[in-house]
Amino acid sequence: MTVSATPAASTDDVVLQAVKLTKHFPVRRSASQLFGKSRAIHAVDSVDIVLRRGRVTALVGESGSGKSTVAKLLSQLERRTSGDIRLHGESVSVHGGRPFRQYVRKVQMIFQDPFASLNPTHTVRYHLTRSLRIHGNAGKSGADLQRALDALLTRVNLTPPERYIDKFPHELSGGQRQRVAIARALGADPEALLADEPVSMLDVSIRLGILTLLRDLKERLSLAILYITHDIASARYFADDTLVMYAGQMVEGGDSESVTQNPAHPYTRLLIEAAPDPDRIEAAEASGLAGDRAAGEPPSLIDPPPGCRFNPRCPYVMDICRVETPQHFVVGDSAGHWAACWLFDASIPKQPETHAPAVQA
Amino acid sequence: MKQPVLEIKNLNVDYGLGDNAVHAVREVHLTLHKGEVLGLAGESGSGKSTLAYGLTRLLPPPGIVAGGQVLYHAPSGDVVDVLRLSDSELRAFRWSEVSIVFQGAMNSLNPVHKVSTQLMDVIKAHEPGLSRDARLARARELLKLVGISADRLDSYPHQLSGGMRQRVMIGMALALEPQVVIMDEPTTALDVVMQRQILRQLVDLRERLGFSVIFITHDLSLLVEFSDRIAIMYGGRIVEEAEAHEIYRNPLHPYSEGLLRSFPALRGPKREVKGIAGSPPDLRSMPSGCSFHPRCPRAFEPCPDVLPILGPPDGYTLDTRTVACHLHPATIAVGAKEPVG
Repeated sequence: MTVSATPAASTDDVVLQAVKLTKHFPVRRSASQLFGKSRAIHAVDSVDIVLRRGRVTALVGESGSGKSTVAKLLSQLERRTSGDIRLHGESVSVHGGRPFRQYVRKVQMIFQDPFASLNPTHTVRYHLTRSLRIHGNAGKSGADLQRALDALLTRVNLTPPERYIDKFPHELSGGQRQRVAIARALGADPEALLADEPVSMLDVSIRLGILTLLRDLKERLSLAILYITHDIASARYFADDTLVMYAGQMVEGGDSESVTQNPAHPYTRLLIEAAPDPDRIEAAEASGLAGDRAAGEPPSLIDPPPGCRFNPRCPYVMDICRVETPQHFVVGDSAGHWAACWLFDASIPKQPETHAPAVQA
Repeated sequence: MKQPVLEIKNLNVDYGLGDNAVHAVREVHLTLHKGEVLGLAGESGSGKSTLAYGLTRLLPPPGIVAGGQVLYHAPSGDVVDVLRLSDSELRAFRWSEVSIVFQGAMNSLNPVHKVSTQLMDVIKAHEPGLSRDARLARARELLKLVGISADRLDSYPHQLSGGMRQRVMIGMALALEPQVVIMDEPTTALDVVMQRQILRQLVDLRERLGFSVIFITHDLSLLVEFSDRIAIMYGGRIVEEAEAHEIYRNPLHPYSEGLLRSFPALRGPKREVKGIAGSPPDLRSMPSGCSFHPRCPRAFEPCPDVLPILGPPDGYTLDTRTVACHLHPATIAVGAKEPVG
């Protein structure tokens, strides 16, 4: 009873797809290990992702779980070790030159830190003009260009455009800078946006503004958006689908409401229980949260534990977890909700106590 | 009756001098009681970190404390004004009475020294009489206190994970059993799971050791869960102060309400979330009147002109709840009771 994360019904609205994507970073060996087995950090292992037109897919995980590496692989900034990346069903592997430009015209990236991603010596006009020119959207005349620039700034709600167009990055606030970075990405007229923690450097009060803008763009331009975050609560509000990543592997996926309200994998439950919750003041703190039971840290990715990588921390660990990597099992509460956890393998008999209670709403 | 440990009276902190000075903290009155966790929340640039550095006199130039008092109530009953301590008194005061865990504390450890050396250094500086063995024993005890096994004493910082380094810093801050621990965004660099473990440990330690905590963060939902009282800062001033659950259930200041509604809820029904329009004010050119009025959805006639006074709204006293907003006019201003000086 397994499901493939890449449904066979690959409709034409799939923009970008990763199949069994894997990235190993080699580790330098010391002289004494020279003749031993070469070692590598297993940053991303057999990851499947589907980005569809007009949908936001959230990728949630702790730092070091490999979620940023996934973004770099998808944007072809990093070469994959194995697996495949398909744009509209066609396998793509480019590392520069004209093919790379053609690829980034379709797939653009937004980075975490708008303070670092804009060149401090250039104005907003320069950044946006460059993006338009490089990707052939600047038009033929100066007037065309001006119109395109105005349209870009208006699209990210920096209005009136003339107030922002000749500003330097240091004259803008963090939220405005991130909007310029988004406008620059839109200058290529892309089909997919990869947003790597686009709001984690911003103040809490303006985060929602940026997320609302991205959602709005998704709807108006039918973009496929990958939203990488460590904040699972924002994934619930902003993303249509949510994928949870742990130690380089996908552990759970499905529509955001099911994943956040009825988490299946013990790691997802841990993440959700650990999130700050003001309503918990009176709640049963004493009963002992999974956050305390599953103490410990993510494993070393040089020597990941065999079987399920969460097994050393898992409160429901079974023998099979230490031996065999679980496939994606159907959870059964909603279509497409799966978990890579042996608890959901119907063929394994479970003791009542190993079957974890669902998180109460 | 709650005993005050630290009383901040009319504290003003400027960056720069004369007409060009930026007023980063203005007329702040705040009282920290014994055994209490006081949360300070606000956006970046609201002055919350400057306040913490100002009251410990750690401000880097050009920051200067332009006025006010910081009264520390020692366990012996003496009251000292921290801002008037001489250099040698200040050196003895710091860390043994008030310690601070910095933002990004995991990078505050010296990478070329072992954890044990750094822990013992603190003890050596303040209690020179102690023998090496006694110091080592104390360092071991401290690590155990924060949940790290003692065999990590000989590790270098890079051999520890981020969470463990953060615990070492907290252990170091507790080395001399201070009365007050100031934590400036102690867990922002950590993952939620680790953050929860460390904060729970801190709360347990506070119950056992009885120190007070000033907890600075922009994450209001975290504060509501972990602190007793919350003060919310905006544009260098405190705009609301109340018990944590009161702020959460019934925020009075529109800014507090905006901050609370900026967090998407993970549980329960999806409720509408919206941020706060506009961006934080520029301290160099603060809006007139209430500095929040350009972003306030409920601003009305007096807001652009008259600065609201911070005081208890109807039905509250100075000790329970204060707010600075024309929607909830105060009859008596905080700090008005005592002569300022």
